[in-house]
Amino acid sequence: MSTETQPRVPETSQPEQPESHLRPEEVSRRKFLFKLSIAVNGIVGAIFAVPILGYLLGPAMKKEKDAEFWVGLGPIGQFPEGETRLVNFRDPSTTPWDGQTADIPAWVRRISGNNFQVFAINCAHLGCPVRWFAQSKLFMCPCHGGAYYQDGTRASGPPERGLFEYSYKIDSGNLIISVGDLPTIARPGTKQVADCPGAAKPAIDSSLVQIGETSRKGEVS
Amino acid sequence: MADLKKGAIDVYNWLEFRLGLVKPALEAGAHPIPKSSASWWYVFGSAATILLGLQIATGVLLALVYSSSASEAWNSLEFLNHNIALGWFLRAVHGWGSDFMIAIVLIHLMQVFLFGAYKFPRELTWMIGVFLLLLTLGMAFTGQVLRFDQDSYWGLGIGASILSRVPLIGGPAVNLMLGGPIIGGATLSRFFTLHVFVIPGILLGLVGLHVWMVLRLGINEWPMPGRIVRKATYEREYHEMTAKSGIPFVPDGAWKDGLFAAAIILAVIACALFLGPFGPTGQPDPTIIETAPKPDFAFLWIYAVLAFLPPEIETPIMFIVPVVVIGGMLLLPLVFGEGEKHWSRRPVAVLMVAVIAVTLGTFTRLGMYTPWSPIMNAWTADALPAKFLENRTPLELQGAVVFQNKQCRNCHSIGGMGGLRGPALDNVAAHMTYDQIVRQVVQGGGNMPAYGNALNADETAGLVDFLATLRTDGQPPATDAARRLLHTSELKAPAGQAGASIPARAAVSRP
Repeated sequence: MSTETQPRVPETSQPEQPESHLRPEEVSRRKFLFKLSIAVNGIVGAIFAVPILGYLLGPAMKKEKDAEFWVGLGPIGQFPEGETRLVNFRDPSTTPWDGQTADIPAWVRRISGNNFQVFAINCAHLGCPVRWFAQSKLFMCPCHGGAYYQDGTRASGPPERGLFEYSYKIDSGNLIISVGDLPTIARPGTKQVADCPGAAKPAIDSSLVQIGETSRKGEVS
Repeated sequence: MADLKKGAIDVYNWLEFRLGLVKPALEAGAHPIPKSSASWWYVFGSAATILLGLQIATGVLLALVYSSSASEAWNSLEFLNHNIALGWFLRAVHGWGSDFMIAIVLIHLMQVFLFGAYKFPRELTWMIGVFLLLLTLGMAFTGQVLRFDQDSYWGLGIGASILSRVPLIGGPAVNLMLGGPIIGGATLSRFFTLHVFVIPGILLGLVGLHVWMVLRLGINEWPMPGRIVRKATYEREYHEMTAKSGIPFVPDGAWKDGLFAAAIILAVIACALFLGPFGPTGQPDPTIIETAPKPDFAFLWIYAVLAFLPPEIETPIMFIVPVVVIGGMLLLPLVFGEGEKHWSRRPVAVLMVAVIAVTLGTFTRLGMYTPWSPIMNAWTADALPAKFLENRTPLELQGAVVFQNKQCRNCHSIGGMGGLRGPALDNVAAHMTYDQIVRQVVQGGGNMPAYGNALNADETAGLVDFLATLRTDGQPPATDAARRLLHTSELKAPAGQAGASIPARAAVSRP
């Protein structure tokens, strides 16, 4: 391509020295106004940051207790004594677009009478779904091989603690559990398990105590 | 024809007069580079950029159909795979492009490290490169979440479990990551935002800075042993070299980048065509618990490492090691900004690359076949070879049934079948006495649960009787030296091979 057809690129016309004909006080006023415009924008930005941060951090600011709901798992008759069974419940905090993800499984162990243990499905190591093996009376995790005894205490593998448990109550012959955040080390289920793995198991009427403690929440699905 | 050509030139001139972009771009492209740098070793950076372009193009096309709703994402991927013409192919290119991009970025990092390119004055280029690597991995993880299937759902659970271990803020951090109390619609929406808007935006901006600095500071020259980098003299030496013997990047160096880019894109297309898209695997339905979640290839090594860390030190290692590694990578050019560039004069650097590569490779390999996981259906699926049942007593055969029924096979292999979590038991009686087997079964220990509550006395007796028959031909049974001594001194006669186990067998029958 020949260069002669190319239009001449205009020389960048140097504006005359902008400040040469200005009085010093005018210069300082413009500098001040420019700094003022930066400051004003800084303030506006700070004001705007408050709602943005509030929106972003909303899920993290929510109180743990506000996420807890009571969910019914059905009549206790469907849980034979001495057995551990898988149940599913619909998480009460769900939105319509959660789809299947709000169907949460849990392991229900009926020790005897009204004495239950309800375990979260999530391994205490990294949250994978543990499976119950009735023959060897063990929960096993498919991810890294964590194993738990039938009472949820740690048997072997990488978990540093036993299975997470939901607190429960029995109302008119129905098993009702308190569910909240995804059980993790930081939010280890709604039932605080005794530290000592060998600690005495709760007496049969201990669930009545739990009703007294927790019934103020009141939301029963 | 001539008119047409003149017309085109006029249009070009009209645009260029106003834009003024082509001339500086051509000048930048033709900048001189050291002759030695026009090498096949220098093509990986441009290849990574090309792959980023491929990912953006295919990502935009996939977003035309993908639904980022937790209730519909999986269905929309199945729809892409089966109902949209060539939807499967675009998914495959995007998936394989991701793996190729990680691989090329890692090779680029390794080459830059071995060639000492991070030294003065290219320290910041390296540091931004470290962030580019992290962002690339961030794209891979968030992309894996968008493929909203079983692995993705439980992968989020693993991510949340790791995050929950952060001291003090673990709980709120998990809620922030999930967007709510559980893994659900809000979780997928925020990973979509990260994968499609936030991370690509930062990635593009930093790639721009990275390339700008390569242009501004010049590409690293081929290192020579004994040619020392000194801050005082380096830039003068570099400019003398490029002025004296340099060649223009375009076209003398760039043709290799161009050919390699084409080869890489072809390789991605070939993988996509012949190997197909990644999943989706099962639906993201947490009630389907018959699943063994696994992360994508790039994260398998982390998955493997997490299987081996002892519980007491796992959390500290999870958070301290990444800080040390990333911090070390960022500080590297500031601490070692001068000196030798050539690998033959930097044995520690070469050793580090070798050790890191072998370590990552080993853990990735382990992550592929997960020897630490029980095989959940081994107890029903794996047969017991006949040679382990021949010439056994009825009690021992009962024990073999107990062995199968109590899921021992899930962790212990026998005849080459079964889990690898615990040791293989083909030859267990040769190195454990009857008593030791009883104790191990009833009380557990090592990494084995105690089976005392899961076995009654008869089952224990049968099981241990069976296990005590498991010896490879020619191997003597394990004996208890102390017991033999006792036995010998009482009877004043040397004990036979079976003699040692007789008292043990009597002892076990007490419940």
